[in-house]
Amino acid sequence: MRKIVLDMVYELAKKDKRIVYIGSDLGAGLLDNFKKEMPDRFFMEGVSEQALIGMSAGLALEGKIVYFNTIATFITRRCFEQVVLDLCLHHANVRLIANGGGVVYAPLGPTHLAMDDIGILRTIPNMTIIAPCDADEMKRLMPQTVNYQGPIYIRLAKGGDPIISSDKHECTIGKAIVIKEYNTPDALLIGTGITTKLCIDAAEQLDKENIKTTILHVHTIKPLDKEAIIKHAKKAKSVIVIEEHTTINGLGSAVAEVLMNAGINVKFKKIGFPDVFPEGYGSQAQLMEKYNITADECIRTIKESRC
Amino acid sequence: MNTTNSLTDWTKAAKDSRLDEESLRLRRLIVRTLQCGKRGHGPTALSVIDILRVLYNDIMKFNPKEPRWEKRDRFILSKGHGCIAQYVMLAEKSFISHKELWKFCSHGALLGGHPEHTIPGVEFSTGSLGHGFPVAVGFALNAKIDKASHRIFTIIGDGESGEGSIWEAALYASKHKLSNLTVIVDYNKQLTYSTTFEVLDLEPLADKWKSFGFAVQQVNGHDIAQLKETFSKLPFEQNKPNCIIAHTVKGKGIPMLEGNFGWHHKSSIPEEDFAKLYESLGGWNEKDCS
Repeated sequence: MRKIVLDMVYELAKKDKRIVYIGSDLGAGLLDNFKKEMPDRFFMEGVSEQALIGMSAGLALEGKIVYFNTIATFITRRCFEQVVLDLCLHHANVRLIANGGGVVYAPLGPTHLAMDDIGILRTIPNMTIIAPCDADEMKRLMPQTVNYQGPIYIRLAKGGDPIISSDKHECTIGKAIVIKEYNTPDALLIGTGITTKLCIDAAEQLDKENIKTTILHVHTIKPLDKEAIIKHAKKAKSVIVIEEHTTINGLGSAVAEVLMNAGINVKFKKIGFPDVFPEGYGSQAQLMEKYNITADECIRTIKESRC
Repeated sequence: MNTTNSLTDWTKAAKDSRLDEESLRLRRLIVRTLQCGKRGHGPTALSVIDILRVLYNDIMKFNPKEPRWEKRDRFILSKGHGCIAQYVMLAEKSFISHKELWKFCSHGALLGGHPEHTIPGVEFSTGSLGHGFPVAVGFALNAKIDKASHRIFTIIGDGESGEGSIWEAALYASKHKLSNLTVIVDYNKQLTYSTTFEVLDLEPLADKWKSFGFAVQQVNGHDIAQLKETFSKLPFEQNKPNCIIAHTVKGKGIPMLEGNFGWHHKSSIPEEDFAKLYESLGGWNEKDCS
């Protein structure tokens, strides 16, 4: 997904002179083609996220569309106030390409685990947050980021993630995708990013037991597609949200707010990281399994909700 | 005054500097704004007003009828709490009406305690320190990419210079050889609590900026002729961003405020204080804003 997103920035920049790429000390050779062909719009800068967000805002306020790229935690935690004031307050057209959303960097420990990024950003007015489920979906969403108004946080998964998205679903920023639908489902399963794959895996198992599950893929966490959530939650006996994020203020919390405000009385469960710093290193999958962010947990929760 | 002057010389020059009638009139407008709002960061506005007077009267290109005119010079007051001085100059240059000054900080007013980008003539909202300068670097980099000839000016505070983002941005201004960018340090040597020397000493300040790759000039920030002459020499060197260290006095022109740490920001200022504030300025005159 990281390669795709950068390839897309390069392709989009070739067509649109407003596009500028700014990286913060990323891998050697990265986007060499961009640097060679459009040197005046390629900037590989140092390790100074606060100033770089400000500089990106300055470029954006003058008409550029800036794709700023670094590790997720350094975008959300290190320079939070710059994101709030320089970008969101000014509706600056800066796209924050966040490497290692969730626990992609599991082996690197807590400094690199972005299991709180959505929660941090969701409270800021004017911020848009997207978390594509695979590289194909990223390809569909990236062209939409060019003329979109205001800052966008683009949460990247690890890369090499199985392709589950399809052309048959319309993919628009701000609109959730119904992957599977029943008129009277036993459960509504909601995922974002790579957890939508877990929803699909769980639903396949549940089908075999004649437990009907509607799946909603929320690639845009903010602005949230409230209409789709309400429509499908009203039909379901339970709603389960699974995310690679703390259960505090992530997608699960956003969905819960929608349900409560709409007066929908339904069994509800969030699956995500508990209120701890995840421990244990290993791989992304191992860390998610340790904290029960799995298809099996979806199945167990749905079955339990039917009792 | 030249680069061989000591810090003591510069500080004394700023303190001893006599203000002309125009500088006194602009200060009366600042006090009037404070009086109408009954609050505000008065002393810091008095510290930067002469710099702003020269920038708006003699140096910057702009068009109040078209505040976003593409060829305008850009200005960001990075030390946003000095905004009353900027508001006064925006009124003087007809970006806004003087009547807006008299509504300062009231509910529904255009002008609040920190400048917002929704105000005609304000490029960027500041107030939290350390933000305006990096954005100005972005403006300057954009002008370089576009080969545009406009210039970018920003005023930072000496207290603000404690923010890491200022020095991060300085590195980038230097890396990208932004000679179209001028940072002016309002060096009044006072923070809220005490002096820079006690709270966070910046010396040797000129050497710091030089070592970050800037072409540096020092100036008495209340000497109009000296300010004009210094700005007229921009850019100081090819391929280097410019830094002007303006030695100033916080509260300049009003003895009751000069060096008075109790006045950094005041709210609920008693009406009887205003007679004392106007005293050294020659008293409020309704013609001051005509």
